Amino acid sequence: MLKGLWKLTWLEIKIFLREPLGVIGSIVIPAVLFLALGRIVTSRPVRFSNRLTDFVMVGLPVFVSVMIAISTALSLVTIMAIYREGGILKRLRATPLRPHTILAAHVMVKLFMTLVTLAIVMAVGARYYPVTVDARFVSFAGALLFSTLSILGMGFLIASLAPSGRFAQPLGSLILYPMIGLSGLFVPVEEMPDAMQRIASALPLTYAVSLLRGAWLGDAWSLHMGDIGVLTVVFIACSALSARLFRWQ
Amino acid sequence: MSVIQVSGISKRYGRTVALDDVSFEVEQGEIFGLIGPNGAGKTTAMECLEGIRVPDRGAISVLGVDPWRGLRALQHRIGVQLQEAQLQKRIKVGEAVRFWASLYPRHMDGDQLLEQLGLGDRTHVWFMSLSGGQKQRLFIALALINDPEVVFLDELTTGLDPQARRAIWELVRGIRQRGKTVVLTTHMMEEAEKLCDRVAIVERGRVIDVDTPARLVARHCPNRTVLVTTDDPSAEARFRVLPQVDEVSRAESVITVRGRDEVVTAVIQCVSQHRIHVTGFHTEMPTLEDVFLTLTGHRIRN
Ligand SMILES: Nc1ncnc2c1ncn2[C@@H]1O[C@H](COP(=O)(O)OP(=O)(O)OP(=O)(O)O)[C@@H](O)[C@H]1O
Ligand SMILES: [Mg+2]
Repeated sequence: MLKGLWKLTWLEIKIFLREPLGVIGSIVIPAVLFLALGRIVTSRPVRFSNRLTDFVMVGLPVFVSVMIAISTALSLVTIMAIYREGGILKRLRATPLRPHTILAAHVMVKLFMTLVTLAIVMAVGARYYPVTVDARFVSFAGALLFSTLSILGMGFLIASLAPSGRFAQPLGSLILYPMIGLSGLFVPVEEMPDAMQRIASALPLTYAVSLLRGAWLGDAWSLHMGDIGVLTVVFIACSALSARLFRWQ
Repeated sequence: MSVIQVSGISKRYGRTVALDDVSFEVEQGEIFGLIGPNGAGKTTAMECLEGIRVPDRGAISVLGVDPWRGLRALQHRIGVQLQEAQLQKRIKVGEAVRFWASLYPRHMDGDQLLEQLGLGDRTHVWFMSLSGGQKQRLFIALALINDPEVVFLDELTTGLDPQARRAIWELVRGIRQRGKTVVLTTHMMEEAEKLCDRVAIVERGRVIDVDTPARLVARHCPNRTVLVTTDDPSAEARFRVLPQVDEVSRAESVITVRGRDEVVTAVIQCVSQHRIHVTGFHTEMPTLEDVFLTLTGHRIRN
């Protein structure tokens, strides 16, 4: 039912764009964050240490992208909770739509929103990070979509496990945001103490950050097969688990 | 011809027994009601018929199909209104109907359907800003969009004011007029009585009896009450000796006569024979409410 998938995706995109809070949260905030951080960093004629320069030129866009991916996943978790409690999922399920089509449509909506947000953020930040729509940007956008897909998988799992709608969003934040700290964004994984390194290597976000960082620096994807492999496994495992655990009502 | 056959279905949720050996049949072209108090098992039964739940035991056939196994085929032939299921807050009425229509290879004209249901001027309105009655009418539109042979309506009028409720009743009768079969649930006895051709009384997961409202009343509550207002001092005694009368009481000038269904005729004949001067005459028929009370020993709430 590809037709149904496309129709539901388009319908849900329109509905999402009508929600002022959703649009502000997913598009406006990342853009403002990016702009503000970029401005603070570039307005000071201070000489940065190498590490800081690296963070500003590479870490910051990766950081903002990861924030986009996570807020996208949290928005998915929230929507699933609202739709479940409102009986909307149940109503859609009573139509000829296949169950996986209904869920896939929401993934498509989120990927679309991620792409739009990335484009807006990059347009806004063009003064600080001169990116054009070239092969590198396309590669970075692809890396972000891929990472987002994997994080959305985790989002579905959280949505399946959360006992009720009110817990879904806080639970999701509690699981996803702390992962950023150990993902290698602020401190390279190799420089962490052993125990932390082990935790970091168990977190899917670490691989997303590595892939995004590589893509931003213009690496070929073939250099990141390990990251891609892990993210794929995470997505497949989470989807398979949520397919079993997902509650429609 | 029966379009739905339910034989001996049971369903438990953990320790709760939602359905216990339920059987009934629904005929082509009728409005069939499942009536009973909250938690009786109406929705569970309905959802088993719709193929979105599977009973633990027993067999169901809807239009000749097992709803659980043959859901894909059946979905195109049935229309479903779920209890308390909402739509996306910001979906437009027209969008919803057009989207639903696009899911079925054979479907009715959405705009025309909305027009018929009195929503013709609401197509650009978000779902969240519809009134309760308008929402229910939209749900009916969605249930009818694929021109189904059987329509399931779960608690369609709960929470509506009497006027909106009557309007919905008219719509449901209209569905029957198009030759469709309607299965609905309600815990309003009045609704069942006015709307349904036949009802199944459901209580604690069991079907206690199935029949037309009139026959259920005749079977379980054959008694009638006649209230005669008269100043004739001999009237009370004359009513008391009638063989069909069980009980007579008097409050001021109103005499209350209770008896089996022949009692109404008997009282009328008695009044005319003895030229009793009557200033008021009123009969009280037992209702499904009374049937329920007789069968279960308690009143249905709401
Ligand atoms: N998903 C579920 N999990 C556990 N118990 C359930 C579930 N659904 C229904 N029940 C229980 O099964 C029984 C029958 O519920 P059902 O919803 O079928 O009743 P109903 O007649 O439709 O009631 P109402 O008039 O309130 O809609 C109730 O005791 C209810 O608590
Ligand atoms: Mg119910």
